[in-house]
Order: sequence, then C-alpha cells, then structure tokens
Amino acid sequence: MSILVFAENWDGKFKKQTFELVSYANSLAKLLNSSVVALSIGKVEDDELKKLGNYGATKILNVSDNRLNTLDNKAFTITIAQAAIKENANIIIFPHNITGKAIASRISVRLKAGLVTGVNGLPTSTDPFTIVKKSFTSKAFANIVIKTPVKIITLFQNAFGIIESPASPVIEAFAPEINDSDIKTIVKEVNKVTGKILLTDAEIVVSGGRGMKGPENWGAIEELAKLLNGATACSRPVSDEGWRSHEEHVGQTGKIIAPNIYFACGISGAIQHLGGVSSSKYIVAINKDPEAPIFEVADYGIVGDVQKILPEIINAVKELKS
Amino acid sequence: MKILICISNVPDTTTKIKFTNNNTTFDVAGVQWIINPWDELALTRAIELKETNAGTIENITVIHVGLNTSDPTIRKALAIGADKAIRINAEAKDSYFVAAQIAEFVKKEPFDVILCGIESSDYNGFSVGGMLSELLDYPSVSALSSLEIANAEIKLKRGIDGGHEVISIVTPFVGIVQKGIAKEARIPNMRGIMMAKAKPLQVVEPVLIDNFTEFVSFEYPKPKATCKKIDPENVKELINLLHNEAKVI
Repeated sequence: MSILVFAENWDGKFKKQTFELVSYANSLAKLLNSSVVALSIGKVEDDELKKLGNYGATKILNVSDNRLNTLDNKAFTITIAQAAIKENANIIIFPHNITGKAIASRISVRLKAGLVTGVNGLPTSTDPFTIVKKSFTSKAFANIVIKTPVKIITLFQNAFGIIESPASPVIEAFAPEINDSDIKTIVKEVNKVTGKILLTDAEIVVSGGRGMKGPENWGAIEELAKLLNGATACSRPVSDEGWRSHEEHVGQTGKIIAPNIYFACGISGAIQHLGGVSSSKYIVAINKDPEAPIFEVADYGIVGDVQKILPEIINAVKELKS
Repeated sequence: MKILICISNVPDTTTKIKFTNNNTTFDVAGVQWIINPWDELALTRAIELKETNAGTIENITVIHVGLNTSDPTIRKALAIGADKAIRINAEAKDSYFVAAQIAEFVKKEPFDVILCGIESSDYNGFSVGGMLSELLDYPSVSALSSLEIANAEIKLKRGIDGGHEVISIVTPFVGIVQKGIAKEARIPNMRGIMMAKAKPLQVVEPVLIDNFTEFVSFEYPKPKATCKKIDPENVKELINLLHNEAKVI
C-alpha cells in the first residue's frame, strides 16, 4: 500500500502547497504504516523533483509527456489513476485548488473511490476512515466517513503546514498510456502573470474594500503587499465596480484563501466575504466604523480612516525591516 | 443544441447554520432556499446564449436531485428562463449519488452542453460536474469564467493559477462554471413566473446507487478570541504585536 500525492508545479517549480501536501501525506503514512509516492506531471528538473524528498516522499514518479503540458482533465485523470494502480495506492491526495478539484472528482469515479474535498487535518479515525472538512462555506465543519477501499481527499491550503522529514527518494520516469483521442481540451491562448506571488499561495494578503473609496487609492495596498512579500485581494463590490480584476475577489463566490495574515482594509465584513477569509490564521481589520462585522472575526483591529492608517502601517513595517 | 444545467437547492447565503439530532442533521427550520449561486449563473449564461443564438440553442433544461420540497427553487429556474425541468425524486446522499443519478438520465436523453456550478454553498463538494463527466466519458473543463457559442463553435475561458486560458472544445462536454460566467443572476419577472407554472417539471424515480461517503456529524467553528483594538494614534503597536505576539511578520 502507498499514499499517492499529486505534486503540482507552477512553471517548473513546486508550489508551497505541494510541499504541504507531501508533509501531510508523510504524517498520514506514519499513522497507517505506509509510504509516500509523489507524482509530478510536466517539465520539472531533477533537482526540483528531489525537493519532494525533504518532506518525506520516498518515490517520485516523473511524467514528461508533451501532451500533458496543459491541463486536460480526462488525460490527467487517466495518468493519475494508472499511477495509483501501479503503486497500489489506497489514498490519493490533491491540493484543494482549481486543478486538484477538477481531477479528483473524475478519479473518484474511475477508481470507485470516495472523495472528500477541502479537508483540513489528518483523519480523526483511520477505521472507519473519518475526516473533517469545511462545509456551509466555513460556517461549519462536517465529519465524513469514506466507505470505499480507495480514498481520495483534497487538502485545504495552509491547513496543515510544511514539515521537513528528509528521505532519499527514488526518481522514476512514468509513461502513462493515453490515446490522442482522450485529449479534447485545446488550449488556444494562455494569459497569466509569472514571477508574482499567487493569491491562493500567499502567506500574507492585503485586501481592500469599498472603504478604499476608489481604484486610485490602491497604491498603499500594493506597497504593503510588496513590502511583506504578499499578494493583493479585494472584496466583491470592488471587483464588481471594476476597480480591481475578478481574479482578486475573495469571498464566498470568489477565491477562498487561508493566509497567515489577512489585512482587511476598508472592508465591512459581510457574511459572504467572511466565508472566503475566515480560515486566515490572523485577521487585521482597519475600518472607520467600530460596529463593522469584520471586527467580530478580526484578531487585531484599528478603528479609523484607512487612508491615513495604511501609510503609517507601511512606515512601521519599513522600520521593523531596517 | 441542447443545454442541461444541474441545479442544487441551497440555504440562502445569509442563513445562520444550525444542526439538530445531536449535530447530525442540518436544521432546515426557517431556512430560505435558493438556487446554488454558481448554478444560477450557469443558467443565466445559457439563457443569454439562447437569446443571442436563437436557431443554434433549441432548449435549456434544468435537472435537480431532491424531494418535492425543492420544487419552488426549480420553478424559479423555470421563471428565470429554463424551458423544462427534471427532478430526480431522491434525497441527495453525497456528490457521487447526485452525479450518478444525473448520468443515468443523460444516458437516456443526451445533451450537447452540460453546465454545473463549481461547488454548492452547502456541502462544498466541488465534485458533481467532474464526476458526471467521468460517468458519461465526456471531456470536462473546470473553473469557466466565459462561455461563447458562435456557429456551433465553442470558446471557453478557464481560470488557472495566476490568470486564465482560452480553450476550444467540441460537444458534448461538461462545463464547470465559476463566477464571471454571467454578469449577474436574473430576477424572474411577473411574466416569467406566470409562464413557469405552465412549463413541464418532470419527476423521475431514482436508480439504486451506493454512496461512497457518509456525513456523520457536524461541528461549529470555535468562537474567535475577541479582537484586540489598537489605538489609531499608535499604529506601530500593530506591527509590534504581529511581530512579537502572533509571530507572523
């Protein structure tokens, strides 16, 4: 038996989330007396692949098939399912992100394996296999039993953390059997930023709401995010107004994030917004309205004018860093 | 071209969530039900496409797995502009159960485009669309923020980390949609509500499906510690606390 981890890369480098996934699998393997096999799809150099060993992977399957350079849900499903069967995996772990969710659900059917998405910790019992996930958009947690012999989970980002546990992994090339006719997704155009910290991977997120008054005031948000090596985000009204792109929208219908610090600047904290950010380790709220609901979930709060306070925060961070 | 939209019946997004029976059952008392927000956006996009491609898109059907308590939500989908509704008469047990019921129906009555919301706001499964595509052996494309149909040619935009990709695909396929697919959900007007009463709502009996997972119990999130207020005249203190107390900077 083994635990298979889908080790996703971004432009040839593993994400922080991938190392977290391997760490999680390693802890689970200790509980079940199993071992961790990581599966990488796409062009990743050997030196990068070896990094997975730092977190406990003892075997790394490396798939470099040019047909898999862009995501085709079915082709990826076939690849991962074949790897799972070859490695006799009884647990398969995915990141709880766009790619992970798109493939995990297909593999669940292909392998007749029960799936729980958005898991935020190790199983509370291994027999029956019981695991906790967020439900009702972070308003509750559900305890779920997976009844099938093979189990699939997607792990919520920043829910477990990265734990080093050096192993000397074997790297093995793996060539899945895929027919060209399996690939139906034709990518015509790719538009993405590179060299920027991903919002869903960022440890620190600085976010602005309607209280920022207008897009021209975003300079301070961007400056603070840059200073802290973080990402920028916004509330729904801000993206609906077109002040910022939809890709920055965090909340129930936008992105759901779990950074170490979430700075809510001029965000009142509607329940739908909180659904997207309540998993943050620390929430800092800056709002002129002392009754704003954001203060009910914030760890630290400043009641005052965000335009005046943000520059002072920036100065204080600069002072700390110098 | 025939479009199928899978819809889920979920508590209004502002609902306070409560459980009964020793925290094993979601308490539906006093809950207002709505079409799952992403499913509603998918439906809206399908209606927009039908309006601009009259000839190409002949029919929009919505399908739901649930008991007759969901009928008001289904009628709302018809009032917004779906032509026809199917309800599979069973209580949803898990995502696989729902996907398998819908797949059985589609195998008998095929559709060219099947749209699902990326998740449901109650159990947050993120799974029905992907499972359905695998059961039907259709291609699936996830996190769609745009769907264009022109002369039977389909152009999709899907979210990826840090941006998006433009994709072309042929029918049949399953599209799993996120925010952005349609600008804003439509509010049914009086004419729509009246017309919905006459539109067909077909009830189909379920097939026997074993669910893969079982919801055992629920828990509430732990209450947050009270917010530490910092004097706006002493902002430095915030950074000091984040550095020395929380140790996150």
